[in-house]
Amino acid sequence: MTSSTPQDTTSLRQKLALRGIDGVTLLVLPSVLFVLAIFIYPFIYGLLLSFAPIREGGMFANYITFFSDPYLYNTIAATLRLAVPVTLLSVFVAVPVAMRVRLVRRQRLLTTLLVLPITLGTVLVAQGMLNYLGPQGWFSRSLMLLHIISSPLKLTNNYWGVFLSLIITVFPFTFLLTLSYVTGIDPGLEKAAATHGASAWQRFRHVMLPLLVPGLAIAFCLTFVQAFAVFPSAVLLGAPSGPTRVISIAAAQAAFEQYDFTMASAIAMIMGVVQLCIVLIVLVVRNLFYRGATSGGKG
Amino acid sequence: MQLASMPFNEIRLDRMSRSFGALNALRDISLSIKKGEFIALLGPSGCGKSTALNCIAGLLSTTGGGIYIDDKRIDQFKPEDRGFGMVFQNYALFPHMSVRKNIGFGLKMRSRPKAEIDTKVDEALALVRLQGQAEKLPGQLSGGQQQRVAIARAIVIEPPLVLMDEPLSNLDAKLRLEMRAEIRRIHNQMKATTIYVTHDQDEALSLADRIVVLRDGAIRQVGTPHELYERPAHLDVAEFMGFRNRFAGKVVSRQGERATVSAGSFSVSGTVAEDLQPGESAVLAVRPDDVTLSDGAPGGVPVTVEAIEYRGREYVGIARTPDGVEIIFHADHAAAPGSTVSLSIDPARALVFAA
Repeated sequence: MTSSTPQDTTSLRQKLALRGIDGVTLLVLPSVLFVLAIFIYPFIYGLLLSFAPIREGGMFANYITFFSDPYLYNTIAATLRLAVPVTLLSVFVAVPVAMRVRLVRRQRLLTTLLVLPITLGTVLVAQGMLNYLGPQGWFSRSLMLLHIISSPLKLTNNYWGVFLSLIITVFPFTFLLTLSYVTGIDPGLEKAAATHGASAWQRFRHVMLPLLVPGLAIAFCLTFVQAFAVFPSAVLLGAPSGPTRVISIAAAQAAFEQYDFTMASAIAMIMGVVQLCIVLIVLVVRNLFYRGATSGGKG
Repeated sequence: MQLASMPFNEIRLDRMSRSFGALNALRDISLSIKKGEFIALLGPSGCGKSTALNCIAGLLSTTGGGIYIDDKRIDQFKPEDRGFGMVFQNYALFPHMSVRKNIGFGLKMRSRPKAEIDTKVDEALALVRLQGQAEKLPGQLSGGQQQRVAIARAIVIEPPLVLMDEPLSNLDAKLRLEMRAEIRRIHNQMKATTIYVTHDQDEALSLADRIVVLRDGAIRQVGTPHELYERPAHLDVAEFMGFRNRFAGKVVSRQGERATVSAGSFSVSGTVAEDLQPGESAVLAVRPDDVTLSDGAPGGVPVTVEAIEYRGREYVGIARTPDGVEIIFHADHAAAPGSTVSLSIDPARALVFAA
């Protein structure tokens, strides 16, 4: 009976099924199309555009221009000077906060409070900071009133303005990611460490931290990529022609002031490569650490 | 290895209590444990035995009473300052450390010299027979091996007290028996004072020097395995000790230790476990092994056989009295299901409790 069914069609279906491909797999198609249309195509278009410069000098002209003009190539360092400290600070602060918050009962309320800055968006945060931290803002005026300072603190339109606004917008994200890694570690391990004589610091140093490193590396990468792409706050709160002339400003100027989209694409590609380099370094370092189950029992 | 680190005579729980809001999870637990003793905390789930262990370990604070090592009160100490060793139900091995590092963890936290750590860890590895596995990660070991590592990690610090929280419950039946023997052997060798939490009476009977039966957060009975097995003081304890047949009724007569309980259509004699007078409600409890086919001898309980199973050396049957009370019995020959037989109950082995 079964031998009368066509052999080749069933076997093909079986072969596909064995590799985990069946009718349900087709559901992935819309998202594949979406990724192709929204990410892959524009990326390749931009890549090719960057090699078709409107200026003289062959296909690498845009890249040669970028790396021979300090006004342009210095933006890489300027952006790193912002993004790396912001990311490090966010991750370093997120860990102890997350360690504490996982023991808090009203976690959801706190989490909601912390998520608010994400939903507000960078421009609103920048606007608020300009009013609050500006030379005529409450912060400086209160400090002057209390005679702690004699002239207004300069916290906007410079490096620190951008730094603070980046922290505010990036930290909640880093924190939530870190919290999920921290709560993912079997609490039994800490109890075991405590009963075997480890103090709170030793428990963190020898048990929690090594298990957190892989997660923290991911949190670092994602935070860094966000911070590296800083644009609105660098313009609104920074000194966009001075120390906070970040790489995205250079790209925006090329595109919308000089109308050189090929140059803007080249800058975007360079930006991507720099991000990729940092992310790769972090991931390589992560591989030196233990990456496995974070529970101490049978899996 | 010798437990020389901390000379002491006894560990004493003095009316230790723990409540969660209105719920009293532990009520006035008092117990003194001699050095070298193996104590089993036995009870059904929810009886407070794990709460008790966590309180002793310091992972949970007590809400009343005290814990003492000789005269030193330790219940306000943090877990890391009590210096106990603990074996967890899910092992709780550090997944990123090798077996060697896991076992040496407690010594490292105590800042012992590296040479001493190495020697002691080697001894502990030998004790749990894991010499070849020292450099593996816990994830590469089987459940039984992981539990050995957890035991080694707890005893290598030579603690005054080792706490074990249902250490065998994640293992399969065969491995559980092996590890039980292993724990017994390690205890005989180390003489580490141990509190062992379990819900399995076989584990408690075979391992412990003394068993503490907990029920609803309070101690029901403390005794040697033999005392508890032969003379459970409560019906609850008897239930735990395998007294599966129970007949509720009234005491009709009593002569010395012997009482007769009338349970509906029949009456059975047993030994009084609590002071009972004729006319009082009582429950007679007896193990299936002590109920046998009477084969026509007078004074048996008439029953209808419902099912019978062959168990190799003997048969185990389920029967029902005319009143519908179920009796599990042992027999040396088969009885046909549906047939009416009479069962005899050994009065010396049946216990009568207050209902």
